[in-house]
Amino acid sequence: MSADTTAAKTDDVTLYDVDNPAPVIEAPRKRTKKTPKATRGNFEMYGWLFMRLSGIVLVVLVLGHLLIQLVLDGGVSKIGFAFVAGRWASPWWQAWDLVMLWLAMLHGANGLRTIINDYAERDNTRFWLKMLLYTATVFTVLLGTLVIFTFDPNIR
Amino acid sequence: MPAGTLYRGREGMWSWVAHRVTGVLIFFFLFVHVLDTALVRVSPEAYDEVVATYKTPLVALLEYGLVAAILFHALNGLRVVAVDFWSKGARYQKQMLWTVMAVWFVLMVGALYPVLGHAVREVFGS
Repeated sequence: MSADTTAAKTDDVTLYDVDNPAPVIEAPRKRTKKTPKATRGNFEMYGWLFMRLSGIVLVVLVLGHLLIQLVLDGGVSKIGFAFVAGRWASPWWQAWDLVMLWLAMLHGANGLRTIINDYAERDNTRFWLKMLLYTATVFTVLLGTLVIFTFDPNIR
Repeated sequence: MPAGTLYRGREGMWSWVAHRVTGVLIFFFLFVHVLDTALVRVSPEAYDEVVATYKTPLVALLEYGLVAAILFHALNGLRVVAVDFWSKGARYQKQMLWTVMAVWFVLMVGALYPVLGHAVREVFGS
């Protein structure tokens, strides 16, 4: 670099002047017309934030769910169609289960997406594993939502 | 430790490994659980028949394992939130992990009777 600047001067006379300007070198990160407008976005940051926020809510929802299903009133022995009908008669528990289903599925799907990205090294393997994951996730979320909304205690 | 690895061992790495393993196990159970619950749309008999398997001693033991995985994932998840958002979180990550393990142990002892009690009665009578 210093060699260049000294080379630019010969006998204290500057090589460049008004009639003979030095070439402009743009800063490496400078935005030009060729720079794409949309950059990569913040998807991964929102994913990271979602894991923490949904995680905190899920601690309450899932531990409450376990307490009701496995501990209170005789634990798992009491569970049956009649028990489910009793609980889903209340909009509160319907909403509880619906929010828990969506948050848990999205939290789990995003977690598994991270794990696939980490360990599946071939592009093809990674792509198809994630397609399988997304298909299974959409199917399960929709099925669970349908079941909560269309539950019929008098099915028989 | 092999040369050039990013894995550092100790509390930080092993809690991270356990978080991943328990997370995957819970997620796979969640698929099964939504499917078995969906049987309430088929018939009360179909649902009750499948739920009956949840009441067998062997599956009760698996449920205890599920509770263990969920409790670790929940408590360690709160620790991860603390490490990320609390200014002193990273400094106290080891102490927080041992706190997580202590709370986990207490809750697991507390879950013994409610989750496994009926299975023990079934296997050993009375």
